[in-house]
Amino acid sequence: MLSVTNMNVYYGNIYAIKDISFDVAEGEVVTLIGANGAGKSTILKTISGLLRSKTGSIMFSGEDISHTASHSIVTRGLAHVPEGRRIFLQMSVRENLEIGNYTQPGSTMNERIEQVYERFPRLKERRKQFAGTLSGGEQQMLAIGRALMSRPKLLMLDEPSMGLAPLLVEQIFGIIRELNSSGVTILLVEQNAHMALSVAKRGYVLETGRLVTSASAAELLQDDSVRKAYLGG
Amino acid sequence: MLFVSQLINGLQLGSIYALVALGYSMVYGIIKLLNFAHGDIIMVGGYIALFTLTFGQHPLIAAALTVAGCTVLAIVIEKLAYTPLRFAPRLSLLITAIGVSILLQNLAQYFFSATGRSFPGHLLLPQGGIALGSVQVAYTSIITILTSLISMVILTILVRRTRLGKAMRAVSEDQDAARLMGINVNSVITFTFAVGAALAGIGALMYSVRYPLMFPTMGAMLGLKAFVAAVFGGIGSIPGAMLGGYAIGMLEVLVTAVGLSGWVDGVVFMVLICVLMVRPTGIMGRSIMEKV
Repeated sequence: MLSVTNMNVYYGNIYAIKDISFDVAEGEVVTLIGANGAGKSTILKTISGLLRSKTGSIMFSGEDISHTASHSIVTRGLAHVPEGRRIFLQMSVRENLEIGNYTQPGSTMNERIEQVYERFPRLKERRKQFAGTLSGGEQQMLAIGRALMSRPKLLMLDEPSMGLAPLLVEQIFGIIRELNSSGVTILLVEQNAHMALSVAKRGYVLETGRLVTSASAAELLQDDSVRKAYLGG
Repeated sequence: MLFVSQLINGLQLGSIYALVALGYSMVYGIIKLLNFAHGDIIMVGGYIALFTLTFGQHPLIAAALTVAGCTVLAIVIEKLAYTPLRFAPRLSLLITAIGVSILLQNLAQYFFSATGRSFPGHLLLPQGGIALGSVQVAYTSIITILTSLISMVILTILVRRTRLGKAMRAVSEDQDAARLMGINVNSVITFTFAVGAALAGIGALMYSVRYPLMFPTMGAMLGLKAFVAAVFGGIGSIPGAMLGGYAIGMLEVLVTAVGLSGWVDGVVFMVLICVLMVRPTGIMGRSIMEKV
């Protein structure tokens, strides 16, 4: 479904992503794990067109999107829940969902907003509140709900557990499992490697812009070097 | 009774400042640019109205051509001068805006000469007025106040209720997040410039009727005062720009009424200095938290 080949990304003179290739098959949950600054978020931003790779290609559903504008990539069914949620704090919860619907027809919007409310009842309770007044967990739910409004085939999640209490982390990962079983392919970026590998089928390990390991989640959980570096021994 | 007529006078002037301040504030809200060429777009609008009326066009056609002309001019400026600087430092954008302002003033001087021309306001709006008790109210005042109120109601509905208006608010809050929602950020920015300029076009008509002397630098002082109004109300805020516009208009009329007409400009800029010292975010402005 998604196939990244020879991605090379620079921030000015800083060489951030060094010749990375990986792929995600339809129906999978794939995770990119790595320390802070390894380049995980940069990879997602490049896939969704906010940054550009100097070389290579990004194939999504059979088309090269490496030169496509961000707003057209969303239309093709690739949604990105960015790091730090980036919800619109000065708009209401419902307005955030309406903005999420931007690429979709207005005629079915209310129906799909109801579906999001069903999945996240807390959002329904708070639908008229400014998004800035939500708690961290609710903001993450809104960010995911907003992305779901665009009816993604592939959902990219950047650190969905960041800053959340353990109970909420469990809840968010439960939602990721549910989404996947309802047919959404997921590319998950996490520092919380343990949780990420518990939902993922496969994982890639990144170190300072390079892919160092690629294996099934079960293998990565057993791998000594991965355990030492990311799973607390 | 003097009070009532001065009140209406102030509302009329305030309506004009509010229309112009909205364009300043909306553009600032969306790309953090103080568009110093905004006042000069009004100058161009004034000349378009002057020429179309002089050539005997119907007032409504002249008004429509003025608004359309300002809108097209703003889109051209945005595409040629500001779009290439989308990822440049904000200071480059600001200096470019000042450059565009100087360019427009000099082009106007070249084509229309620096000599003042009088604006045929009587061809645009009906003369005379109605008596409200003992107060005589000019039709031009009533039309100015009502037109700007209607424009502002339409703008508010556009921004709060429509899909494009929500996209504008999303872009002004977080451009990258807006892109990830499928919003074409460049088109939304261009649209914002266009809406601001359309309001400026209406402002140009009203301003030319009130101060019927046209010259190439006429937009400069109007633009600066509208900028003060936008800052006073809280730059980036739409209700703030409206409120700031009326406040500055009222203040000018008040200062004139007490016999200090020579001090009007000075008092307006004193307000700017005071606002920046006491409450830099303006009346309706939110405090901006810089992201670390």
